[in-house]
Amino acid sequence: MKQLDGLRETMRRDRVFNFVQKRQTMALPGTRPVHDGEVDVSHGPILYLEGVNVAFDGFKAINDLNLYIDDGELRCIIGPNGAGKTTMMDIITGKTRPDSGSVYFGQTMDLTQMSEHEIASAGIGRKFQKPTVFPHHTVFQNLELALQADKRVWPSLFFKLTGEQRDRIDEVLKIIHLDAERDLAAAQLSHGQKQWLEIGMLVVQNPRVLLVDEPIAGMTHQETERTAELLTSLAGKHSVVVVEHDMEFIRSIARKVTVLHEGHVLAEGSMDEVQRDPRVISVYLGE
Amino acid sequence: MENRSFIMTLLANDKAAKWFLITLVALAIVVPFCNLMVPADSPFHVSTYTVTLLGKYLSYAILAIALDLVWGYCGILSLGHAAFFALGGYAMGMYLMRQIGDRGVYGNPDLPDFMVFLSWTELPWYWQGFDMFWFAMLMVVLVPGMLAYVFGWLAFRSRVTGVYLSIITQALTFALMLAFFRNEMGFGGNNGLTDFKDILGFDLQSDNTRAGLFIATIFFLGLAYVVSKFVVNSKMGRVVVAIRDAEARTRFVGYKVESFKLWIFVFSAMLAGIAGALYTPQVGIINPGEFSPLNSIELVVWVAVGGRGTLLGAVVGAVVVNFAKTFFTGFAPEIWLFFLGALFIFVTIFLPQGIVGLAQQLLEKRNKTKTATPKAEASV
Amino acid sequence: MSIERLCRLFFIPFMIFVLAGAAKASDMALAEVLEGLKDDSFNKKKEVISQLETIDDPRVMKVFQQMLDGDLHFQEQEPQLLVFTAKTDDGLAVTAVVSGETLGVVNKRDLNKVKVNNSLRKDLRAAIAKLSLNNKDSKVRRDAVRNMLRDIDSESVVLLRDRQSIETEGLVLDVLAVGVAIYELGSDDASLRLAAVDILGDSLESAARNALLPLVEKNENGQYKLEDRELRSAAIKALARIDAKLKYNEWAETIYFGLSLGSVLLLAAIGLAITFGVMGVINMAHGELIMIGAYTTYVVQLLMPNSIEYSLFVAIPAAFVVAGLVGVAIERGVIQFLYGRPLETLLATFGISLILQQLVRTIFSPLNRSVETPEWMSGTFEVNSALALTYNRGYIIIFSLLVFIALLMVLKKTSLGLHVRAVSQNRQMARAMGVRTGWVDAMTFGLGSGIAGIAGVALSQLTNVGPNMGQAYIIDSFMVVVFGGVGNLWGTLVAAMSLGVINKVLEPWAGAVLAKILVLIFIILFIQKRPKGLFPQRGRAAE
Repeated sequence: MKQLDGLRETMRRDRVFNFVQKRQTMALPGTRPVHDGEVDVSHGPILYLEGVNVAFDGFKAINDLNLYIDDGELRCIIGPNGAGKTTMMDIITGKTRPDSGSVYFGQTMDLTQMSEHEIASAGIGRKFQKPTVFPHHTVFQNLELALQADKRVWPSLFFKLTGEQRDRIDEVLKIIHLDAERDLAAAQLSHGQKQWLEIGMLVVQNPRVLLVDEPIAGMTHQETERTAELLTSLAGKHSVVVVEHDMEFIRSIARKVTVLHEGHVLAEGSMDEVQRDPRVISVYLGE
Repeated sequence: MENRSFIMTLLANDKAAKWFLITLVALAIVVPFCNLMVPADSPFHVSTYTVTLLGKYLSYAILAIALDLVWGYCGILSLGHAAFFALGGYAMGMYLMRQIGDRGVYGNPDLPDFMVFLSWTELPWYWQGFDMFWFAMLMVVLVPGMLAYVFGWLAFRSRVTGVYLSIITQALTFALMLAFFRNEMGFGGNNGLTDFKDILGFDLQSDNTRAGLFIATIFFLGLAYVVSKFVVNSKMGRVVVAIRDAEARTRFVGYKVESFKLWIFVFSAMLAGIAGALYTPQVGIINPGEFSPLNSIELVVWVAVGGRGTLLGAVVGAVVVNFAKTFFTGFAPEIWLFFLGALFIFVTIFLPQGIVGLAQQLLEKRNKTKTATPKAEASV
Repeated sequence: MSIERLCRLFFIPFMIFVLAGAAKASDMALAEVLEGLKDDSFNKKKEVISQLETIDDPRVMKVFQQMLDGDLHFQEQEPQLLVFTAKTDDGLAVTAVVSGETLGVVNKRDLNKVKVNNSLRKDLRAAIAKLSLNNKDSKVRRDAVRNMLRDIDSESVVLLRDRQSIETEGLVLDVLAVGVAIYELGSDDASLRLAAVDILGDSLESAARNALLPLVEKNENGQYKLEDRELRSAAIKALARIDAKLKYNEWAETIYFGLSLGSVLLLAAIGLAITFGVMGVINMAHGELIMIGAYTTYVVQLLMPNSIEYSLFVAIPAAFVVAGLVGVAIERGVIQFLYGRPLETLLATFGISLILQQLVRTIFSPLNRSVETPEWMSGTFEVNSALALTYNRGYIIIFSLLVFIALLMVLKKTSLGLHVRAVSQNRQMARAMGVRTGWVDAMTFGLGSGIAGIAGVALSQLTNVGPNMGQAYIIDSFMVVVFGGVGNLWGTLVAAMSLGVINKVLEPWAGAVLAKILVLIFIILFIQKRPKGLFPQRGRAAE
């Protein structure tokens, strides 16, 4: 055990040179703590994106992106269409592999080396732009599937819900106001309710980081307010990254805003600071 | 213990499952009785031909369940499931060939006739062990299972999905068919394996053995149904359906999608192998034609007609379509292909949920009106 | 019965032609000379043969040939016409030598054979050789020399040398030189022998190689039988030269076969590349559309039995229209209800393929039909003596490339192409811009199907036309499209050609079936590695 700890110590990305560290991950691929759920945030940030580049057929979707998300922070990311917001989320969740650059979860987990389900199990949850829930399962079953548990094949085959887990689902059902619809097939929910269910599925996973892509699209004013409430309440325990177009909504929840433009961070700061930034104004309003 | 309690809860909670299992038990008793005990001139007599025919349908039903698991539940449209069926059939056929011993035309105690004919001098290594029943039965599930594992591991890992997967599964069974047609493969080439004499010492031509095979088929159909039901009702089953409906979401929730696909695929292939092993002794022959892509696609139609995503639908579809096939080919073979083709189109366009899905919808409607009327009466 | 009718149809114009010329004086002269063959005396016949040699008439050659084979007869009864015969199941089919008139099938007993002895046979062979050596057609001359190569003696070499002095055609001269060289290998003059070996070393005739082989033969002790070291080493070198060239030719031939198989695959797959690649529709009835094209060719030839030569030019547009219309019917009748449900489309179109197959079986019978190949497509192009390329394969390579280019043009330059690309990239947006997506779908599908029909015309020239012929191509076609990358016509071209060549390269050492299996396995593995094919579309839009 001590040796393993020592090894981890040497692999801390902040204490070794990048090239040394890389060679070690290659030599010892099994030493990544994946199922531990142990995310090393001793240096503040929980997510590091450094020098990331992605190109699709010559089009640079992400261009030398540097982004740090602090543990427990609520971060809003805005930017015009094609700024690379969704691609950024794809990179963090392992759907798209960067052409170059490094993406770390905490100090130790190299996300570019992990597959989607490993990243999800390690504690990064994602809500899609278009709400995707499991339409033929009931609301309850949707949450049960998302619930933090051993998600390998055999344990799933003999899985039985414990009382504790049931209570946890009930709790989340109340948070997302779908208690009454618990036995309804998810396909029958309204658009807004599906968004809520998807957020609920994130919450029940108990992730360290929630990536939320356009959470209030298709919601009524009232639902929007509730969502804002929910997201702010989640921050602190979890780190929450919200991508949204609705400026009013951003203003209502944002503490720190990052503006992406052409795959690059254009500005970062509070909403007011960002809105005063002449570069941001020119990007949004045009020359 | 786990299984028994599962069966109990299944019988208690699922009416359709209960009636299905009861029907199976009834068939297992009544059909052999009417065949063996009732005299031939009685109207209640069931001929051996009919028993074998029913046995064939029911082994097809197991195959249909196997396909339904991957297609109906997991959304993987395999156009190569006949390959697993045929491999199971060949494994059984190899055992039956070895049982012939020196009763073949050439009287060679070790080599099947076709090998003597090809003037081979010794048994190829892959024929070793097939004289033992237990070994052959192991191969019945292992060979299709291994093939499915290797194929699935490659395919699912690199995320080959949808029609791509369908087409390469079709290519797989096509390649196997070509291979088995070759004499040098050592599986009897064009003619396949046939002229079986007995199984476990029982004469395959006798009515008693036939009835026994029929009962065995029913037993395995029931078993396949119950085990599949268990899988489908478990959380694993729900994950599999989740993969069908929203694969990316399932992945981001933290499931290793390729493992789930792989295991359901392997399980399904093993079931198909068992179905093939039950089919071979009843029909009396297994040949490379069983690998033909057309067979795999016909199988898809059984499941589509019965209703995919319901295990019962697969069984109903297999029996109904095959009954129709026997019926049509009896008096006008050329009509059968017209009918089958039209069935494909009709089911996909007008009956996407199949017979069982339709029945469920009708039942729900009736239940609604039923629950509606008493209320109306009460208010009066 | 129908064969008889066909024969009659075929022969009537021929007979008219022959009868019209019957009164010609040359016929009278020929008939007169031929009378001598009825004589029992072999000497008389010998005389007739030398007389006949001087007559420039194509019938003479046949007379010699038939005499040599013992097929020449004359009638028992008056007018005792001299006749050609051919064996049939019912007896001998008889044709008058001079008039060319068919006289039906008769019993052997009603005919007298024109008897020959060994001396006559020798004369006949020499006469045949001489006649064909002096034939107007250089190909006939060349074949005649080739026939003589097998057995060259002092007499035949005289014929060859005679011809050598007047021959102008280079290819014939080459073979003549080989013939003379083979003879001179046996010469007493060492320098002549060496020169002969050198000539043979430049030739790819199998006779040349066979003539050299005894020079390098070894006895049981592994020593060379031939003692002349100089000649031996020259022979070894010459053989090595021949073998190197043969190998080279073999590769050229393999690649030619591969390309021709590839162009068949291209024709079969290119229609699919449109319906599958551009529209995302899995059309399992694609093979049957090919079959419909092939049957259209068959019907066209039935309708115009006298102009088989031109039938293909009628059949190509006809097949395009027929298959295209069937395609449009399929799209409007079934597929349009299933957009966005690829697996269902696959099933429904499979149903259609079953119906089409059965329909053809009911209408035309389940048996294979043979489609005739026009004369200009048959025959071979001889690059050299070892490498002969058949014309029909060459035409198909060219034809498939033409179809490919035409299709590319349609997609790039026409408004239909523009609409097709618009719809394939963004259906909703295209509809919003006022594109009639339904119409575009139907037309695209019709185009893809029409091309399948054209593929059927080409295939009818290579294989038998039967109800199951489509089945053989459907999996291959899908493999080509998938291998090349969906939605990429150039990928389809490269994939078809490379799969064709790979198949033919594997065939010699693996056998046809195993080669096919290996290619299938290769593609299965390839798709694992690169699920999107050789030339994938990348980016978010491709998801």
